[in-house]
Amino acid sequence: MSRTGTFPEEVEARLALDAKEIIARYPHSRSALLPLLHLVQAEEGYVSSAGIAFCAEQLDLTKAEVTAVATFYTMYKRRPAGQYHVGVCTNTLCAVMGGDEIFESLKEHLGVGNDEVTEDGKVSLEHVECNAACDFAPVVMVNWEFFDNQTPESAKQLVDDLRLGKDVKPSRGPESVCTWKQAARLLAGFADDRATEGPQAAGPSLVGLELARKRGWAAPDPDNLPTAPAADEGEGGTK
Amino acid sequence: MTQTNHAPADTEQRTVSLTIDGRELTVPEGTTIWQAAKEAGIEIPALCHDERYDPVGVCRMCVVDTGGRTFPASCIRPCESGMEVATSTPEVERSRAVLTELLLADQPPREEDPKQTTTADNELIEVADNYDIATIDDLFKGPGRGTDTSNPVIAVDHDSCILCDRCVRACDDVQGNDVIGRSGKGYSTRIAFDLNDPMGESSCVTCGECVSACPTGALTNKPINNIPIRPRSELDAVDTVCPYCGVGCALTYYVDRERGGISFAEGRNQPGNQGRLCVKGRYGWDYAASPQRLTAPLIRVDSSYPKGPLSADVKDEAQQSNGKRGRGRKPGGLVPYEEVLPHFREATWDEALDLVARRLGGIFAESGPEGIAGFGSAKCSNEEAYLFQKLIRTAFRTNNVDHCTRLCHASSVAALFEGVGSGAVSTTYGDITNADVAIITGSNATANHPVASSFFKQARRNGTKIIYVDPRSGTVADHADIFCQLKPGTDVALYNGIMHEVIRLGLVDRDFLASRTTNYEELARTVEAYPPELAAQITGVDADTIREIARLWGEANAGVIYWGMGISQHTTGTDNARCLIAMCSITGNVGRPGTGLHPLRGQNNVQGASDAGLIPMFYPNYQSAGDEKARVLFEEAWGTELNPEKGLTVTEIIKSILDGGVRGMYMLGENPFLSDPNINKVRKALSQLDFLVVQDIFLTETAEFADVILPASSYLEKDGTYTNTDRRVQRGRKVFDPPGDARVDWEIVQEIAQRLGLDWNYRSPQEVFDEMVPLMPDYANLSYDNLGSEGKLYPNPDPEHTDGTVVLFDDRFNTADGLAHLVPAEWLPGKELPSEEYPYVLNTGRLLEHWHTGSMTRRSFALDSIAPRAEAYVHPEDADELGLKDGELARVTSRRGEIVLNVKISHREARGNIFIPFHFREAAANLLTIDEIDPMGKIPEFKFCAVRIAPVADRVSTTVGGSAS
Ligand code: SF4
Ligand code: SF4
Ligand code: FES
Ligand code: FES
Repeated sequence: MSRTGTFPEEVEARLALDAKEIIARYPHSRSALLPLLHLVQAEEGYVSSAGIAFCAEQLDLTKAEVTAVATFYTMYKRRPAGQYHVGVCTNTLCAVMGGDEIFESLKEHLGVGNDEVTEDGKVSLEHVECNAACDFAPVVMVNWEFFDNQTPESAKQLVDDLRLGKDVKPSRGPESVCTWKQAARLLAGFADDRATEGPQAAGPSLVGLELARKRGWAAPDPDNLPTAPAADEGEGGTK
Repeated sequence: MTQTNHAPADTEQRTVSLTIDGRELTVPEGTTIWQAAKEAGIEIPALCHDERYDPVGVCRMCVVDTGGRTFPASCIRPCESGMEVATSTPEVERSRAVLTELLLADQPPREEDPKQTTTADNELIEVADNYDIATIDDLFKGPGRGTDTSNPVIAVDHDSCILCDRCVRACDDVQGNDVIGRSGKGYSTRIAFDLNDPMGESSCVTCGECVSACPTGALTNKPINNIPIRPRSELDAVDTVCPYCGVGCALTYYVDRERGGISFAEGRNQPGNQGRLCVKGRYGWDYAASPQRLTAPLIRVDSSYPKGPLSADVKDEAQQSNGKRGRGRKPGGLVPYEEVLPHFREATWDEALDLVARRLGGIFAESGPEGIAGFGSAKCSNEEAYLFQKLIRTAFRTNNVDHCTRLCHASSVAALFEGVGSGAVSTTYGDITNADVAIITGSNATANHPVASSFFKQARRNGTKIIYVDPRSGTVADHADIFCQLKPGTDVALYNGIMHEVIRLGLVDRDFLASRTTNYEELARTVEAYPPELAAQITGVDADTIREIARLWGEANAGVIYWGMGISQHTTGTDNARCLIAMCSITGNVGRPGTGLHPLRGQNNVQGASDAGLIPMFYPNYQSAGDEKARVLFEEAWGTELNPEKGLTVTEIIKSILDGGVRGMYMLGENPFLSDPNINKVRKALSQLDFLVVQDIFLTETAEFADVILPASSYLEKDGTYTNTDRRVQRGRKVFDPPGDARVDWEIVQEIAQRLGLDWNYRSPQEVFDEMVPLMPDYANLSYDNLGSEGKLYPNPDPEHTDGTVVLFDDRFNTADGLAHLVPAEWLPGKELPSEEYPYVLNTGRLLEHWHTGSMTRRSFALDSIAPRAEAYVHPEDADELGLKDGELARVTSRRGEIVLNVKISHREARGNIFIPFHFREAAANLLTIDEIDPMGKIPEFKFCAVRIAPVADRVSTTVGGSAS
């Protein structure tokens, strides 16, 4: 046997109930793997060996298969993350707009490297890929909530506040930031009823829409599209 | 008899027609382009594809032009009607060349490539050579993906990996071990073992299937004992059979003649194992090269009489006095040669053989047939077993000849003879593919019949329902649809309960019962008294599970039962097997593909040694020693008078020695000191023998009691035939000469026979086989010439053209009246139930890596490094309660003895049960077991006795490897 741990019985029983609910949402049980990985991440703050074993058991997959998925997606952590996981976007646009600088200064300020946790366990730092919020670049996320248009100073202030336990308010979405574990549970598909809090889109994101409205532009009619190029064969390997 | 195990072919097979490279072809629908091309003689290069596995189409080396916008992967794309395929246009070739170049960019340089520098058959390099592509050094190289050398015999070089997924499919789809997956993404993607653990710490069972699958240097064998691994063309290939278990996998040893050693082993295609091997077969062959081999005959020196054990462990000093424990303890826990050898002197063969003949002959002259007995071994070839029993029966006029089958399946065989008239399996392990439902019971198949278990696991993936019945939650349980963890020793109650329910539901096969069986009414009356609720109370399995099994079994079109020693090694072993026979008979589950009874044979040749007559009640081919006609037949064949009395069994012989009956013994390859129950009694008996000659390849515990020790040959040093659990008779071929003065066993037996005045002049094992066949109707038509490279199943009406009979009993059973005789059984509890003083039930058995008394496997580098020490397996909650910690020492005590060994906390045990493997002499489980026997099969109750277990205070655990304490 491998070194797999297991959850204590009562935890296992509680999670199994949640898992049942998640699995029931899909026609094939294995489709539930991503939310289940979030579920076990919500329990321990990361995907532990016990978590992998639990998912494998629930979905009748091998542990190796679950490991493959859990290590493929960076949103799953194989080591405990901080209570607040801070992701600095360093993808092209954010990088140019100051993301790289923010990331460097946070590393120094917190004394941690990429994907590491502060000693007090409060904050972990990671450079993340594009969050589809380039129009607010540079962007920092805390437990997947947006903090737009950051500077090294504002970002340092943000992490200091997080470490001191002060309330911080995301630029968009809910009024406050939940913990890492709570965020994972949310991603597992257990809503906290805050989805409608705060503005979802604003500022530069809406400029195009306003412009289109003003000029009377509309999207093409799907039933009446110009002829498309010949359909792909489906299997890659272009000539 | 049914010859085939294929379902009737679909007559309306649809086909498609297409052209490949201008050739018009018509192939069955669903055929891939790659396969169709191959069958037409067109080779399309492939890397991720291999016919052994389902295609996945991930490497794109095999792309072809079908006139579409993109090149499809031919290994996975099915042929379509009217398709025009070009396999080798300049564009296709350019695509392949670029792909090769890109793959090569990341590979280690040729001169360092783990595969190119060993077997030199790196498939990527082969393709590169075809496209004339040299390694390109000026491309960007990443930081590297690392190596993993944590497995003792398999090396992982992630940089050589091209992520073709072949190893994943080999591990999951072929062996069913589910260890390998991938981890990470992008450049850092690697194959991963379990949770991305080091291979040596993962659940990998080192079967090596992934190594045989890997096209590059990513997974390679490490050299064993410094014999380098070299290209096959520089090595001598010997096609033979694995020497370990009854599965009898066909394999090839690649032998380095210059260095006199085996370089590596590979599975060979044979209908049974289909090229698969387990860790023992693939990596466990180096025992024969051990420097501890006996190379000269030895005679006990005068000063070492009166006889008795010689080493501290065998004397039991070590176990009795705590202070002295550890004295003389050797790494690996083998017999300490330096303690034992001074009591013997080297002798010439003539001196030793003369002495053996004189002393055994003398005892026979004084005490008659009752004074002599012989133990053969299920490791002997058919020819050796035949000669050995012939010697004992003719030279000493006694039937006191037995072997370790007594300790494994004697009760199964007894029940099968009574029920169906034949002890052999009624169908093969591979026939499980044709079953709807299979019951696997009392068998830790993944450890003891690993390759057979891979077919079980595969069948389940293809839809066969598996019901696993066992007191331990072995790995098979992970692959079962229903796992039924019954209390040890309650099998009869369980099956009676199931049959009760099958009958109540009206799921019995009336026609079969009426035309093919007798005594159903009595059986029905007996099981009437076992409603599921009662069975549940006795077995601890809940009544609903019993009902569910009954329904599944009763409704199955084809049901088959595979069982192991968890059924046979009980005082109720014969009754247990009777129940299984009844289970199959009442539902008509015998005699058709996917149905039947299969006691999984333990030793490589336990079937053959029994067939050849190494049994006290049977001449060869199970012709009863008590039967006048059989006796006359053999008296004529052997030209001498034979004893009409049946002989004594293994356990009875030990008892007879203590009672002054048997005084002289010949032991060929048997080590009863470790393998028989209640060692203390065996020790007393062996010391008391007037004369004991032991023929073996190593100094065994039993040899410490010998007057003469004869150095024999290992499996690798002789020719002979071996019969596996499926009734497949295969040829084992000589790989090396015996070391020093050691000789092949059949010659030694013949030398003794000649000195006892028998007129024997066999010149080869083949001559012996030719003498056997006419005396053994089951082996009719078989000869060395027609066994071929795959062996043949018996019975076999036409071995030149057919593989033999898979399914027996399609229209009659082997009994005199041709009917199956149902014998009801009442449940009886184990002989020694747990008590206040001894509250735990001890179960004994084997580990995947070890074999019996360990004399071979503990001298194998791979096997001993993977499983170096004796451990007692305890349920976590029991451990908590008793204060036992994983890895620390505990003392296990029964009414007969005590041993000290490491604790292993294991969730595979049930509460109240302890499991101890019996391979380890330094903590010999059979000091604890009880020598109560099954009244009919005479098999000892290895699977059930009462013990207590407690931590050994103030003592740290032994170091792994047992090197110190
Ligand atoms: S050696 Fe066998 S069990 Fe281990 S990873 Fe390879 S295929 Fe799987
Ligand atoms: S399964 Fe048995 S016969 Fe096959 S390789 Fe393993 S030990 Fe040898
Ligand atoms: S580049 Fe940062 S959000 Fe897109
Ligand atoms: S061989 Fe066909 S895609 Fe790899």
